[in-house]
Amino acid sequence: MIKSVMVMNTQGKPRLAKFYDFQPVEKQQELIRSVFGVLCGRADNVSNFVEADSIFGPGTRLVYKHFATLYFVFVFDSSENELAMLDLIQVFVETLDKCFKNVCELDIVYNYSKLHTILDEIIFGGQVLETSSIEVIKAVEEISKLESASNAIALVSKSVSGWRSR
Amino acid sequence: MAGTSIMETLFQRDLDDLIKGIRQQQIKESLFISKAIEEIRREIKSTDLPTKSAALRKLSYLSSLHGADMSFAAFHAVEVMSSPQFFYKKIGYHAVTQSFNDDTPVILLITNQLRKDLNSSNQFEVSLALECLSRIGNVDLARDLTPEVFTLLSSSKVFIKKKAIAVVLRVFEKYPDAVRVCFKRLVENLESSEPVILSAVVGVFCELCLKDPRSYLPLAPEFYKILVDSKNNWLLIKVLKIFAKLATLEPRLAKRVVEPICEFMRRTEAKSLLFECIRTVLSSLSEYESAVKLAVVKVREFLVDDDPNLKYLGLQALSIIAPKHLWAVLENKDFVIKSLSDGDYNIKLESLRLLMSMVSESNVAEISRVLINYALKSDPEFCNQILGSILSTCCRNLYEVIVDFDWYASLLGEMVRIPHCQKGEEIEHQIIDIAMRVKDVRPALVHVCRNLLIDPALLGNPFLHRILSAAAWVSGEYVEFSRNPFELMEALLQPRTNLLLPSIRAVYVQSVFKVLIFCVHSYLLHKENISSVNTDNLASEVPESVFARMSCENSDLATSEAPASSEQHDSFNPRNINQSFGDLSIENGGDATVSNSQASTSASLGRNSFTQESIVNLFNIVELALGPLSRSHDVEIQERARNVLGFTDLIKQEILNPVVQGEENLARAETEASRVVKLMCDAFSEELGPVSTSAQDRVPVPDGLLLKENLADLETICGDIQLPLSSSFSLSSTPLGEAVDISRTNLQSKDETEPSHESTSLLAEHRKRHGLYYLASEKSEVASNDYPPANDPMSQDKLNDDAEDLLKLTEQSLAPKKKPNQAKPRPVVLKLDGDEISVAAKKPELKDDLLSGVVQDVLLGNDGVPSSSRSNRSENLSGKSKGKEKLNTDLSLETKENVPGEKMPDHVNTSSRRSKHRSHGKERRQKGQGKDGEEKEDNGQKEKRKSNHHRGKHKAHQRADEPSNVVAQTPVIPDFLL
Repeated sequence: MIKSVMVMNTQGKPRLAKFYDFQPVEKQQELIRSVFGVLCGRADNVSNFVEADSIFGPGTRLVYKHFATLYFVFVFDSSENELAMLDLIQVFVETLDKCFKNVCELDIVYNYSKLHTILDEIIFGGQVLETSSIEVIKAVEEISKLESASNAIALVSKSVSGWRSR
Repeated sequence: MAGTSIMETLFQRDLDDLIKGIRQQQIKESLFISKAIEEIRREIKSTDLPTKSAALRKLSYLSSLHGADMSFAAFHAVEVMSSPQFFYKKIGYHAVTQSFNDDTPVILLITNQLRKDLNSSNQFEVSLALECLSRIGNVDLARDLTPEVFTLLSSSKVFIKKKAIAVVLRVFEKYPDAVRVCFKRLVENLESSEPVILSAVVGVFCELCLKDPRSYLPLAPEFYKILVDSKNNWLLIKVLKIFAKLATLEPRLAKRVVEPICEFMRRTEAKSLLFECIRTVLSSLSEYESAVKLAVVKVREFLVDDDPNLKYLGLQALSIIAPKHLWAVLENKDFVIKSLSDGDYNIKLESLRLLMSMVSESNVAEISRVLINYALKSDPEFCNQILGSILSTCCRNLYEVIVDFDWYASLLGEMVRIPHCQKGEEIEHQIIDIAMRVKDVRPALVHVCRNLLIDPALLGNPFLHRILSAAAWVSGEYVEFSRNPFELMEALLQPRTNLLLPSIRAVYVQSVFKVLIFCVHSYLLHKENISSVNTDNLASEVPESVFARMSCENSDLATSEAPASSEQHDSFNPRNINQSFGDLSIENGGDATVSNSQASTSASLGRNSFTQESIVNLFNIVELALGPLSRSHDVEIQERARNVLGFTDLIKQEILNPVVQGEENLARAETEASRVVKLMCDAFSEELGPVSTSAQDRVPVPDGLLLKENLADLETICGDIQLPLSSSFSLSSTPLGEAVDISRTNLQSKDETEPSHESTSLLAEHRKRHGLYYLASEKSEVASNDYPPANDPMSQDKLNDDAEDLLKLTEQSLAPKKKPNQAKPRPVVLKLDGDEISVAAKKPELKDDLLSGVVQDVLLGNDGVPSSSRSNRSENLSGKSKGKEKLNTDLSLETKENVPGEKMPDHVNTSSRRSKHRSHGKERRQKGQGKDGEEKEDNGQKEKRKSNHHRGKHKAHQRADEPSNVVAQTPVIPDFLL
């Protein structure tokens, strides 16, 4: 079971944080901070696994991957395979890359909702349901279509505020 | 109204604006966020859905990434999620999923909305609702929505079906009775041809298996089929995880799967699958020699790989196998030691663990040597990791790997000197522990402790203070092994001890007391010998040499001593004048030292020569150092310092003024003093043994002692004697007042020390008369197992008979537990029945929770093995809930049926089990759809049979435990597999 997915930048600012067991917000912030505390001290050429017992409780593992300015972090327990999780991070990032065409940190900052939609198609309630980025993108696109169809008013307001901010 | 809402909509900031805003506020981000939240609080109350939902969306964002509280918006989130438009609905669901938990009151309101969306024709709406249920589902939601989930399990859309399968995990966890409804359909999906579905359902079973593998043994054939047929690595990993659990329960299953797994290891290219195979073999199939060998070969490949990930996992795999096949680790020993200096902290840590797993009696010294060298070189964190693992490995099972305790004592001493050492607490504990448990190590340990105490540098490191406390205690308690007590005394009294915590200083002072008494006692003994032999006085070169040696060995002290001697007279004299039993002149102090050189001893005493001069010197040092402490603010220090000073006052002139008084007087005084000293010495030399935590239980309560009764009548007894009960608080008002009465003639400096002896004797008197009342408090003092530095039993406690009786009692209770085998070279390590030895630790008991009970019910029909209490609970629960779901189980019927169910446990034939399981599944399915009728009776019968089974099971439990359990379970595997 996956306990948590986090994306944070190299300054420790969270860009996405999802906890599959409920955690109060203060605890969430604390966890994010302690994960960053562990990650920022690690060199680039070391392993991608961290024992997370002290942060998330006994038996939990943490796998992370460092891309450009971002850390992608998956926290999970003994029912997942470490290397498979590493592959899953790859799948997630590839999917983002396909959705945003050369994904960068800014895409992730401004597409908060879409990020969640993508992640929810891959991981459902802590279980991995889809590992094919093609399938994920297909579902995400349909959801986006459905959203925009029901969102005429929101679009108007968005464009107005976009105009206002210029 | 409408106008304002349009304005709000038009000029509202949406999420993107918010994010932009946050990014622009470099400095005052928190201020910006709190402003934004104020804005959101206003907007979210809007009646306009777009405004409201935009506000909610912003809030979700802030809550998730900036820790903003969003509990106030719970109701608004429910409103937004009930919108018919997908865009808003999704925002609402996102907020609810993210923020709701069991404590959210409005969670009750979403049941109907979820039900509606689960029944929606739009698959994405269904998906939202499923996601929500899988994250926040509680007992009520799980129970109320079970029928919908059941329906969705047979959805024709893969997109829905996979999520419905996954949500079952949460539903089962929260509401175990859902198993009766949904389990059949879940199992059916194990034969699905759709890989996504298959992987979802195997994933669910993997999670379930981890919690309670035994219940899923009957599904082994299905899993086996997947293992053999599937080509999907993801799926295979999950199935392997399931088999890793099942194979440990069922040896025949292990035999079946070992070959396919080896085949994977040989063929597969995927490292993740390969690692999973290795892990499965090493953890669950370790009896299969060839498989283990193959796995170790593959581990070796991992270890030599350049990828640090594989290296790390390889080391982990080794640590899995270490307990069973140590050869696998030893084979790779070089690599493991090399990894200690790897750049990756994880790898270092893992190799440290492996190294510790290799430790045995023969190599513990060698490995410790290597590790201490690494510890000296590495960073503080890893250094303490190393020290911690050495300490914990060595003390495992009462130091079973340690043969040479002298070596271990010196190792402990060495650890203390490692600059980064922060393991004070652990080392403190072990020093005291081995001192008490292992008699033979005491001389070596005292020597080690002396080296620690004498080093003023160690006093500067607060992490080591607790170790020093232990060292002080050991030195005091076992002072007879000390090679030079004078030196020890100076170490204990060195000025830098004021850096210590009061509690530790108190231990120091107490040790000073013990050392002092030991020295005086030895001196008196020695003198007696001399006088009996009646040798001539020799010119004493010894005391000088002793003095010289002390001062050069301890330059720190020597410097402090020079001024001390000049001050001595000032501090001494007023006291000496006013001694109640001595009418000494001022010069006596000085005279004594002079005269002593004549009266004192022969030079042939070696290092421990207790000359009069050295003793005087000792008294002077003690008085000088403890004088200030007698006014300390800490009661422990103050009290102990005063005890010591009082003792010195009592003894000193008697020993030191032989010239002034006549020979007879001298003899009398000497005997008086030596009597007191002997008494104290006896008290201190009483062995302090480790005491079992259960020692107190073994003391029979004497007849007529009512422990529970109020002790009010104690006051009358106290009134008689006019003494307080408590012996340890000499500062409490009563004893002081008492003291003033007794020794009114004395001056203040004397006052406070003198009465402690008076009251001690009175107290002893009192104890003799009313010994019964002392039992409890005395006992607790003796029975405390771990050594509390500040409270070691006071001398006066031991003076009285009761205490000694008790000590004997505890000793007797300890005696049979000493290791009788003296022939072994390894010293005896005292063991207590309170000590837990990890090997003997009980295996965790079979976990029976509600879920596994129900699963077993469903899978095995009547053959479930729930404990009776558990099944009652589940029955009650199901009774309640079935009312709602129209799954009828008549509670009253059940309970009635339970009673006659005592006769003849029926043993169901193994071979027919599988078919039974099928048919029961069908019954349940009908039930799930709400068909009752004759089910009622069927249920009743089932319950009856189940309860029979409980009883049989229960008896088996009483007869034997673990193995018989397995035996009882074996028929669970369908025959076809075997």
